[in-house]
Amino acid sequence: MNVKNHDTRFEAMEISEIVEENSYTKTYVFKYDLGAKPGQFVMLWVPGVDEKPFSVAYCDSGEFWLTICAVGPCSKAIYEMKVGDRVGIRGPFGTEYDIGEGEHLALVSGGYGAAPMYFVAKEALKKGCKVEFLTGARSEDLLLFEERVAGLGDDVTWHCSTDDGSKGFKGYVTQLLSEVMKDVKLDKIFACGPEVMMKAAGEAAGDVPAYLSMEKYMKCGFGVCGQCAIDDTGDLCCKKGPVMAYDYVKGLSEFGKYHRDAQGKKNEY
Amino acid sequence: MADLSVEFCGVKFQNPTVLASGILGVTASSLKNVVRNGAGGVTTKSIWLKENIGHANPTMFGTDSYFLNAVGLSDAGVKKAQEETFPEYLKDKPAPIIGNIVESTIDGFAELTEAIDKCGPDIIELNLGCPNVEGAHGKPFSCVAGDAAAVVKACRARTKRPLIVKLTPNVSDIASVAVACAEAGADGFCAINTLYGMGIDINMRQPVLKNRSGGLSGPGIKPSAVKAVHDIYKATKLPIIATGGVMNGEDAIEMMMAGGVLVGIGTMVYYRGAEGFAEVVREMEEWCDKEGVKDLKEIIGCAVK
Repeated sequence: MNVKNHDTRFEAMEISEIVEENSYTKTYVFKYDLGAKPGQFVMLWVPGVDEKPFSVAYCDSGEFWLTICAVGPCSKAIYEMKVGDRVGIRGPFGTEYDIGEGEHLALVSGGYGAAPMYFVAKEALKKGCKVEFLTGARSEDLLLFEERVAGLGDDVTWHCSTDDGSKGFKGYVTQLLSEVMKDVKLDKIFACGPEVMMKAAGEAAGDVPAYLSMEKYMKCGFGVCGQCAIDDTGDLCCKKGPVMAYDYVKGLSEFGKYHRDAQGKKNEY
Repeated sequence: MADLSVEFCGVKFQNPTVLASGILGVTASSLKNVVRNGAGGVTTKSIWLKENIGHANPTMFGTDSYFLNAVGLSDAGVKKAQEETFPEYLKDKPAPIIGNIVESTIDGFAELTEAIDKCGPDIIELNLGCPNVEGAHGKPFSCVAGDAAAVVKACRARTKRPLIVKLTPNVSDIASVAVACAEAGADGFCAINTLYGMGIDINMRQPVLKNRSGGLSGPGIKPSAVKAVHDIYKATKLPIIATGGVMNGEDAIEMMMAGGVLVGIGTMVYYRGAEGFAEVVREMEEWCDKEGVKDLKEIIGCAVK
């Protein structure tokens, strides 16, 4: 737990800026020194509504970003909020991507998984890495962060795929990864997106070490409720993860098969 | 090295630490992981007859001195316990398992006792004291001695397994509730459940928990727990899982001196992780070695007059 003195009360934070990414997704900027590392998440509370985990899309000493897609009651409530409105934040929680000096990385994302990968790319550049930024979506209008990634300079290369072929490679981002790997010798692969996609990324990685950002239903985010316990090690996704080595994850009996809901029931993928 | 094993209602535990109900424990994998981390036994999260949705978030937060939660007893229902949690746990069973159950009526408790009995728990624990579902289910049964006894009597008729009652501390005389349960056929107790609590976020000007109020646990409640365990032990002499604010080995020793045979540990996981179980056990061993205690059973209830 990356929380001082075991205090998990919320910090009230004002939304400083809202950027519309596409018709379903906005980025919320908070001018606070969160101290998050790439891969970590925060718990965001909309008073009176709910509290959910969100990956950090960017963080420096002056601000951090959360890129949120309106899917459930909580994210829809956030979607209605305006600059100056306050939410409760606690965290950051969980593990981070391990970025080595001068590595050649592939960041593979599906859907809104592109947002936290932007943060990874920014940090990787500070360490002199070369980055292949691969992102996939169902169609062109759902691709995220292309301009931002283009602004990162020559050491980051943007590759995209769409299921319908409306932009970039036609097919899955994991197929695109296999294509990219024909030309580039990678040191590590980081993946963030739907579990089935990350499983395919891990398989495509072959001998290259892969790290996945796992998503399980969480209530607390800090290791108490047990809702995100993984079968069959019983490790908690919020503490052992969210970023975990594919070598560990691939041995889990539930990997790529099911996740559990708020009552602990299995839901097949 | 001292012998830390204890016997509770005829069930042998390798050490007195038991995972309390409601922390981790959603799945068999999670329960087994807690045993791997050193717990002498585990308690399931409260099981209902039917699925129970629980409260929306925020459901919990902590500070250095206390922890407040209102999860609202979310559970998939007894079917999952029968089909998944118990069969998977009992396959290569690593330590005793206590099946904690909850219902909002006496008939529901009786029916569920029979259902959980068939799952094969070592001990059945009746949760008669959760403070977090009052809105939907009314005051906990263990707020009133007669109500608690009525539940115990109905459940007693449905099982031959050890039957214990988890009691609320939110009463004026917990010992009298315990005595009534004992007379109705309870074999032992788990005490205490959480105390009433509320925390207000002053920036948001509203309670932090979605349920507004919750159950207070953590380091600050240990004196309340010690007093309750002491009083129940003195009044009934029945075995107790002494629970409430145990953070380390010395806390556990103190609970046993107050009358605990087992020591329930829950909120410690927030402060020390599941790994904390092995540390607590080691700290108990160190204390025993320092004090020349050869068998931990010597100290149970030693501070009760």
